[in-house]
Amino acid sequence: MNNPNISMSRSQESILATNKVLKNTYMLLSLTLVFSGVMAFIGMSLNLGHGASLVATIAAIVLLWFVLPRTANSTAGIPVIFAFTGLLGLGLAPMLNYYLAVNPSIVSTALGGTGVIFLGLSGYALTTRKDFSFMAGFLMVGMLVVIVAALANIFLQMPVLSLVGSGAIVMLMSGFILYETSSIIHGGETNYIMATASLFLSLLNMFQALMHILGVFGGDD
Amino acid sequence: MDWLAIGSAALLIGMIIFIYPRMKHAVANAPKGNMNDWMGYIVPLAAVIGFVILLIYMV
Repeated sequence: MNNPNISMSRSQESILATNKVLKNTYMLLSLTLVFSGVMAFIGMSLNLGHGASLVATIAAIVLLWFVLPRTANSTAGIPVIFAFTGLLGLGLAPMLNYYLAVNPSIVSTALGGTGVIFLGLSGYALTTRKDFSFMAGFLMVGMLVVIVAALANIFLQMPVLSLVGSGAIVMLMSGFILYETSSIIHGGETNYIMATASLFLSLLNMFQALMHILGVFGGDD
Repeated sequence: MDWLAIGSAALLIGMIIFIYPRMKHAVANAPKGNMNDWMGYIVPLAAVIGFVILLIYMV
């Protein structure tokens, strides 16, 4: 027969562990966002070109795929996540310089918009405590379709396809924010470094897609 | 085609190669959502789309 005291204690331990992962994730996410912003500012000051941006992005992805999974369970994961987010911030510099030259309100609106969407979706997932694990397949298929479309558009050069891709990214990243937050709440994600990397990527992709959409509809792209 | 486009294409091909097995695993193993579960995604998504339209008018 189950002892109610033991089961209550386990449940409390589980809630405490979840809250700790959530708190650490948001703390690390805030720090990495600030660091990434500083690196983006440095990149903009140096007037970094698209070539350097591509190299920084590839280096960040190499860290994400091959280094972070091996270090995320130790303190070595902390410098790796900062290197990963810093490189992505650096890679953002040419895009930011472009949109700031065209219309600075695009950057500030996209930044504010990304923040509001993130807070809204996180709040929704945290308060409703819905389980979004059923979305994993849909999100991965959607991501693959967007990447194939982006690859095709390198050759096709169709502005409409690019715009549709950005719209799809905003919707997919919204799903990823809900999925990752619900995964932390329900104990699917127990590593705050990996959770931070996932949420950071969602925010960055959403910010870039929003800048693109606002640039097009602002008549500047 | 310049080397920047070639580099971007190589990066995207790398992403496809990396994501494809994970996608197959997720599709095969993720729990299936019912209508109620999907509404939990569609409702906030509609709010996000509405908010983006508002942002477009603000720029």
